[in-house]
Amino acid sequence: MNIHEYQAKELFERFGVASPKGKPAQTPEETEKVAADLKTSSLVVKAQIHAGGRGKGVFKNGFKGGVKLCSSPGEAREIAQNMLGHYLVTNQTGPGGRLVRKIMVAESVQIQRELYFAILLDRKIGSPVVVVSTEGGVDIETVAAKSPEKIVREVIHPLIGMQPFMALKLASQLGFSGEQLKAAAKLFMNVYRLFSSMDCSLVEINPLVLTTTNEVLALDAKFNFDDNALYRHPEIVAMRDEHEEDPREVEASKFGLNYIGLDGNIACLVNGAGLAMATMDIIKYAGGQPANFLDVGGGASEEQVTEAFKILVADKNVKAILVNIFGGIMRCDVIAQGIINAVKAVTLPVPLVVRLEGTNVDQGKKLLIESKLPIRAAGDLGEAARLVVAAARGE
Amino acid sequence: MSILVNRNTRLLVQGITGQSGAFHARGCMEYGTNVVAGVTPGKGKQSFDGKIPIFDTVSQARKRTGCNATMIFVPAPFAADAILEAADAGVELIVCITEGIPVMDMMRVKAVLKDSKSRLVGPNCPGIITPGECKIGIMPGYIHKRGNIGVISRSGTLTYETVWQLTQRGYGQSTCIGVGGDPIGGTSYLDVVKMFADDPETKGLILIGEIGGDAEEEAAAWIKTNFKKPVCAFIAGATAPPGRRMGHAGAIVAGSSGTAAAKIEAMRAAGITAAETPAMVGETMIKLLKS
Repeated sequence: MNIHEYQAKELFERFGVASPKGKPAQTPEETEKVAADLKTSSLVVKAQIHAGGRGKGVFKNGFKGGVKLCSSPGEAREIAQNMLGHYLVTNQTGPGGRLVRKIMVAESVQIQRELYFAILLDRKIGSPVVVVSTEGGVDIETVAAKSPEKIVREVIHPLIGMQPFMALKLASQLGFSGEQLKAAAKLFMNVYRLFSSMDCSLVEINPLVLTTTNEVLALDAKFNFDDNALYRHPEIVAMRDEHEEDPREVEASKFGLNYIGLDGNIACLVNGAGLAMATMDIIKYAGGQPANFLDVGGGASEEQVTEAFKILVADKNVKAILVNIFGGIMRCDVIAQGIINAVKAVTLPVPLVVRLEGTNVDQGKKLLIESKLPIRAAGDLGEAARLVVAAARGE
Repeated sequence: MSILVNRNTRLLVQGITGQSGAFHARGCMEYGTNVVAGVTPGKGKQSFDGKIPIFDTVSQARKRTGCNATMIFVPAPFAADAILEAADAGVELIVCITEGIPVMDMMRVKAVLKDSKSRLVGPNCPGIITPGECKIGIMPGYIHKRGNIGVISRSGTLTYETVWQLTQRGYGQSTCIGVGGDPIGGTSYLDVVKMFADDPETKGLILIGEIGGDAEEEAAAWIKTNFKKPVCAFIAGATAPPGRRMGHAGAIVAGSSGTAAAKIEAMRAAGITAAETPAMVGETMIKLLKS
């Protein structure tokens, strides 16, 4: 799950992680008020969307830049007027852009040094790892490729967490000394506390800055949360912004379906994540392009299958559908009945290829034949892929 | 021979009275697994289906029944505790089927298990089966057949697909094991590969991998210099978009790491034959065995 920049700032404030003062606003009037409350002539107005590349983005109304500096509340208000309610197009949004519903006004700081600080999960050793670099403000993968010696990693033992000496060691490696050394170490300890108590899988502060007034601040941050742990963090779940997600994925999540939208024209419905990925792969191998990833899970109900089918059919790009089920826990007759119900509820606009195998496969096949639906049956996975690719081409 | 489970496995089921725990405990019993006990706190002294004794704690179950393996169906918020309880009681093999355990919980469990004699398989896995002897998990038993091919994977249904391709062609399996789809789990691909290397009954190995992490690469590097039997691999997720979690919590391409292309390359570099599609895994393995 992703969150907005202003929400990240709220989390920083809660955990005592120093960052420039700032607040969100939804109207130009509110923007002016928030800007006035900051009591500074050095301001920045930032469009709040989940996609990156905002600074160089262009609004569809012609206004340039999703991140703008200004020096008075009145100016902030004018900038907000041009951003709010308009679509911002960046290199990550696609040509349609994203509607800006909120902006954030913050104090703009003068930067002396830009650094990098992140805590993430190392799968191999099963521990959190802190990654720091003196090369901040640029993509860390670029740093890793060009000058790996500038990246320092520190493994954190999951049972004791980050210790003060580690935070000091890291701060010292980043070249901090005196009061700033202590300030940076305190910031690191607080970020770890945030990481661990909010079940994050990534907190990346890029850049971490030393300002010209010698303050150590987290300037911009990226968060990833462990979806498995969201049940114990209702306040994080409340930060979810469905406007920023693919509407097909939002709809699917309401029915407990694992759906990810893609750009192709062959929809697929599969049980199990590994088989769902493999089905996408074999569609590509057979010369087609998958329109989605969809795992209906191990124990999906008839209703879930029906809803899944409705989502696939609603996608206007879809030219053919492949249902691939290997029934283990999932019974093939349940899948078959779900398909039949769905097709009765929403007329079938495109060809449908079905491959059933496993538990109750004969009952499932019998149901489909008796339904007299125009279904192309496939004997195995390879045949299923060939049939659905041909069907999408209108063959 | 086989690995990890066989006729002598005495199975405990943690969460035996829950809906899926009960369903799959019955599935294992019907397959012939020796289920000796169940645990559900508060239901001690009752019995499951009138024949399997239920205990309040794993420690009691272990003392009374001598169970040497456990299958965990406890809901995700309590599953980490269930794993630690089984390890504390000294149960040798812990198979955790539960999906959705927070990563932070699993990191702590893993740190504790380092000093324990118990082996964890999973979580978020289909389990382990030695065909004809013992099934611990949620896989449909009838698709398997006793034989000489070892199968290792992270996923459930993709493994069934592969196993079925073998069985239909008359080729059986020594043991099939799913290590689970989470970013942090107990037993790794490498651990399993080493066990298959030492198992004389296993004549060939199928390694089914997927995007995310580098467990497949780690196993491939070891196979290159140490594993003498034919190996066939398939890596799922070549078409998965980066940065998205593909169903399994661990199936995610982060930046440039964990891609299918890198894994397939690592397989080829280790002399492993990569099947072109998931439909060709069985056939590819059989060709290797014949040549």
